[in-house]
Amino acid sequence: MKQQSHKVLVVALLAAALLISLLPLFLLRGAEFGGSDDAGSQMVAEVTGREYEPWFTPVLESALGGELPGEVESLMFCVQTGIGVGVIAFVLGRWVERKKWMDKKE
Amino acid sequence: MSQRQRKLFACFTVLCMAVAFAPTAGAMHIMEGYLSPPLCIAWGAVCLPFLALGLRSIRRKTGGQSQNLLLLALCGAFVFVISSLKIPSVTGSCSHMTGTGLSAILFGPAVTSVLGLIVLIFQAILLAHGGLTTLGANCFSMAIAGPLAAYGLYRGLRAVKVDRKACVFLAAFLGDLFTYCVTSVQLAAAYPAAEGGAAASLVKFLGVFAPTQLPLAVVEGILTVVIVIGLETYASRELKDIGYLGGNEV
Repeated sequence: MKQQSHKVLVVALLAAALLISLLPLFLLRGAEFGGSDDAGSQMVAEVTGREYEPWFTPVLESALGGELPGEVESLMFCVQTGIGVGVIAFVLGRWVERKKWMDKKE
Repeated sequence: MSQRQRKLFACFTVLCMAVAFAPTAGAMHIMEGYLSPPLCIAWGAVCLPFLALGLRSIRRKTGGQSQNLLLLALCGAFVFVISSLKIPSVTGSCSHMTGTGLSAILFGPAVTSVLGLIVLIFQAILLAHGGLTTLGANCFSMAIAGPLAAYGLYRGLRAVKVDRKACVFLAAFLGDLFTYCVTSVQLAAAYPAAEGGAAASLVKFLGVFAPTQLPLAVVEGILTVVIVIGLETYASRELKDIGYLGGNEV
């Protein structure tokens, strides 16, 4: 019974999270959805009244001699997600199976 | 919940909402090269004791127990996943969450500072996101200040016997917001406005980041609750071992 209510709660929570993350896309048609890091550099320019010249460029960008291409950047973000999801799935998978066996034993 | 608990809970919720809707957080790491070298070094120095504490705490809390190490790995992986998801927000720009709430609640802020640092280094080197020179400042906001807030809040709310899931949600939610609040303060301190000084630029920075981050913080709170439910179901032994679940609370 308790398991059941957890399931409902989890599904409802995930649905809510999905809704919150996707709604702006549909509500704000035509918005740019740039990164807020860019917004940050713009703000710095606005606040100080002049374009700020960073005194250090990211190591990767200096190695590439330019900005990281957008597609490659999204690839790297996917790699980051992938590593995380892999570890979570591995760990939780072990524990889910363990619980199954332990429940059977009892 | 008793009458009194319910009242306290309501007060906390209102307070939290007030904090959240007052100009609070924004969402980002400080870009590479955007802080002057003395500031970079200063923030780095502030972080060091926390990191040292964290390393010690990891050794003590996991105690070489492989299952607890797995739980720690899971917390780190959670930060990896959550902080890699760029989510569109109501202001028309994207931002990402921190994901540090989970490990702050389970392992405490010191341990979290180490996990956060790993993610920040990963992003700074491979993604040109954040930066190596601003690592100290970013580490302080995302891996120390935010988790500290989350941990403090969680402990405080639990002490007055608020429902555990509600505690987890509020702690993760406000920890995320607080992270970006601190980032704004750091930026404002580095870039005082020509008129009005640091306070004026703080308002500006917060104005950009707060509305963007608010819905994302809610999502982070929700996701943290979901994973905690999963852990409570399947890993109650480990949770007891690290002291998250008391013996009689299950």
